[in-house]
Amino acid sequence: MARSVSTQRKLVTTVFAWAIGIAIFFPILWTILTSFKTEAAAIADPPVWFNFHWTLENYATVQERSNYFRHFMNSVIISGGSTLLGLIIAVPAAWAMAFVPARRTKDVLMWMLSTKMLPPVGVLVPIYLLFRDLGLLDTRIGLVIVLTLINLPIIVWMLYTYFKEIPGEILEAARMDGATLRSEIIHVLTPMAIPGMASTVLLNIILAWNEAFWTLNLTAAKAAPLTAFIASYSSPEGLFYAKLSAASTMAIAPILIMGWFSQKQLVRGLTFGAVK
Amino acid sequence: MNTTFRALMGACAFAALATAATSETITVATVNNGDMIRMQGLMEDFYAKHPDIQVEWVTLEENVLRQRVTQDVATKGGQFDVMTIGTYEVPIWGERGWLVSLDDLPAEYDVDDILPAIRGGLTVDGHLYAAPFYGESSMVMYRTDLMEAAGLEMPDAPTWDFIKQAAAAMTDKDNEVYGICLRGKAGWGENMAFLSAMANSYGAKWFDMDWKPQFDSEAWAATLNDYLDLMTNYGPPGASGNGFNENLALFQTGKCGMWIDATVAASFVTNPNDSQVADKVGFALAPDNGLGKRGNWLWAWNLGIPAGTKNEAAAKTFVEWATSKDYTALVASKEGWANVPPGTRTSLYENPEYQKVPFAQMTLESINAADPQNPTVDEVPYVGVQFVAIPEFQGIGTAVGQQFSAALAGQVTAEQALKNAQMLTEREMMKAGYIK
Repeated sequence: MARSVSTQRKLVTTVFAWAIGIAIFFPILWTILTSFKTEAAAIADPPVWFNFHWTLENYATVQERSNYFRHFMNSVIISGGSTLLGLIIAVPAAWAMAFVPARRTKDVLMWMLSTKMLPPVGVLVPIYLLFRDLGLLDTRIGLVIVLTLINLPIIVWMLYTYFKEIPGEILEAARMDGATLRSEIIHVLTPMAIPGMASTVLLNIILAWNEAFWTLNLTAAKAAPLTAFIASYSSPEGLFYAKLSAASTMAIAPILIMGWFSQKQLVRGLTFGAVK
Repeated sequence: MNTTFRALMGACAFAALATAATSETITVATVNNGDMIRMQGLMEDFYAKHPDIQVEWVTLEENVLRQRVTQDVATKGGQFDVMTIGTYEVPIWGERGWLVSLDDLPAEYDVDDILPAIRGGLTVDGHLYAAPFYGESSMVMYRTDLMEAAGLEMPDAPTWDFIKQAAAAMTDKDNEVYGICLRGKAGWGENMAFLSAMANSYGAKWFDMDWKPQFDSEAWAATLNDYLDLMTNYGPPGASGNGFNENLALFQTGKCGMWIDATVAASFVTNPNDSQVADKVGFALAPDNGLGKRGNWLWAWNLGIPAGTKNEAAAKTFVEWATSKDYTALVASKEGWANVPPGTRTSLYENPEYQKVPFAQMTLESINAADPQNPTVDEVPYVGVQFVAIPEFQGIGTAVGQQFSAALAGQVTAEQALKNAQMLTEREMMKAGYIK
C-alpha cells in the first residue's frame, strides 16, 4: 500500500515537474520554431505548430545582414573576461570572509548584496560620463570592468557559501604542514571547492552573456555583443518576427548548449551543501 | 617571374595598408526598418564614390535608439557621427545647438526639392538641421471587397461620420472581421500619435497659447468618446494592447475592415508575400470633421550630425549621398520604384514611374495635408502634429496615453481618463515652469 502511494506521488511529482519544465522552456521552443517560418506563417492566426513550410531563409538573411561572428566574439570575451576578473577578486575576498571573519563580515556581505538592489538606470549617466572621460565607451575592456563589478556581489556570496562548507581544520592542517597562504588557497581550498566554483563560473557567464542594459548603453559598433545583435532585429514598425526569432536563436544557442552540457555541474554546485 | 610576383604582392599589400591608413570610419546609428536595412545593402555605391570613407552601422529598435542617441548627444559622448532622428527631436536638438547645420549642402543636392511640410519640421530659425531619409503621414487603408459588400464607397477624403458608418457596416464579429483597427497601446508614439492627430481634426489641442493643458475641453471629450465608441463597438478584442505591428498582423490576415495608420504600412499590406489581402486594399486620406484639419500625422526619419563629431566632413558626405536624388534612383534601379524611400522629395512624386505605385499619390496628399507649424484649428504655441516639440512631451505623452489606454480597456471612464490627463499634464507643465 505504502509502495503504491509512493509511486502515485512520484508520478504526480514527475508530471508536475515536467509541466513546469515545459512551461519554462516553451518561449524558447516557440522562438526556435518561429525562426524557421516565413514572416506570414509567423503571424498566422491560429498559430501553426509544426505544419508549415520550413525555411532557413531567415538565418541566411541575418547572416548576410549582420556580422554575427564579431558579436559572438565580443560576447565570449566580455562574459569570459568579467568572470575571470571576478574570480580573481572574489576568491581571496570569500576566503577572508569565510575563514577569517571579522565582527562586521556579515554586514559587509549584506552591503555588497545591497548594491544589486539599485536600479541600474539610476547610475547610467554618471557611469556613461566616467566611461566617456576614460575613453572606455564602446570598448570590451570597459564592459569587462562594468560586468565584473555588477556580478561581483553574487560571485563573492556564492563562493563564501561554498567555502563555509569546507571544514577549517583541513586548512589548519595544511598550514601546520607549512603551506603558505597562496598554496593554501590554490592547492587546498580551490580543489575542494571545485564544484561550487564551477557553478559560480557558469552562472556568472550566463548572467554576463544575457546582460542587456549596460551592453546596449555602453557600446556602439565595435564592442557590441549578441544582446545588441538581437536588439538590431526588433522593430515597432514592420513584422520581422521570424528574422528576430532567428537572430535570438543564434544569440542564445551557444549559452544554451553550454548550459545543457554543464547542467550536472551547475546543479551539483547550486545544491552544494544543501543536504546535510 | 617569382620576383615580379613578389613585388606585385608587396605593392598590393602596401596599397591596402595605405588605403586603410587614410580611410576615415564613421559610425551611423539607425532604426531597424526596411528602408534603412536596404540602404545598408547598397553601400557598394557609396564606397565606390567615396573609397576614403568607411561606415559602421549600429542598428537598434526605435525606442532603444532614441534613448541611446539622446544620451550620447546630450553628454557629448561622441559614439556616433550620424544619427537617425525623428521630427520630434530635430527642432529640440537644433535649438540647443546639438546638431550641425546642413545649410552648406551643395547646389546639386537641391534642398528646395524637399517637400515643404517635411523641410519645415527640420528647420529651426531658418537653419536646416537634418536631412530627411524617409517621410510618412497616416491614412485610411481599407478592404475594397468588404466595402463593396457593405454597399458603400469610400470617398478620397472621408469624414469621421462616414468612418463610423462604414465600420458598423463592415463588422462581422462572428467571422472575426472587425470594422476598424486603431492603435490602443499606451505611448506617446503609439496611441497618442493617433489620438493627437485625431484630436486636431476635432478642433482639440494639447495646450492653449498660455501652455495651459486642454483636456478639459469639449473637443477632447468628443475625440475620446468617439474613439472609444468606434473601438468598443467595431474594434478587435484586446485593442488596448495593439500597436502598429499588432494591427498590421490583423489587417494582413483579413481581420480589419479599415485601419488608420502610417502610410509606410501600404507597402506591407499590398505585398502578396506577407498579406492575405494584398489585392483588396484601397487608400483614402485620414478623416476630418469639416473643421479644416484632417486626422493625419507627419513623421520623418532624418539623418542628423551631432555637434562636436570628429568626422563632420565625412558624415556630411554620407548624409548627402543617403538623402540625394541619386540614391532614390539607385534604389529604383536595384529594387523597383515601390521600394524607394517615400515622402521626402517633390521630384519623386513628379516621376511618372513612381506615380504608377498604387499608394504613392495618397501618401503625398496625406503628407501635404499635415502642417507641423500650424497643426490645430486654433492657434497653438507649439510645433508638431502628433506630438508637441518640447522635451517634456515624451513623459507627459506616455502618461496621458496610459490613461486613454486604460479607458479603452474599460478600467476607467472617458471622463475620468480626461480628468487624470488634465491633472497630470498641469502638474508636469507647472514643474517644468511653463505655467505658474
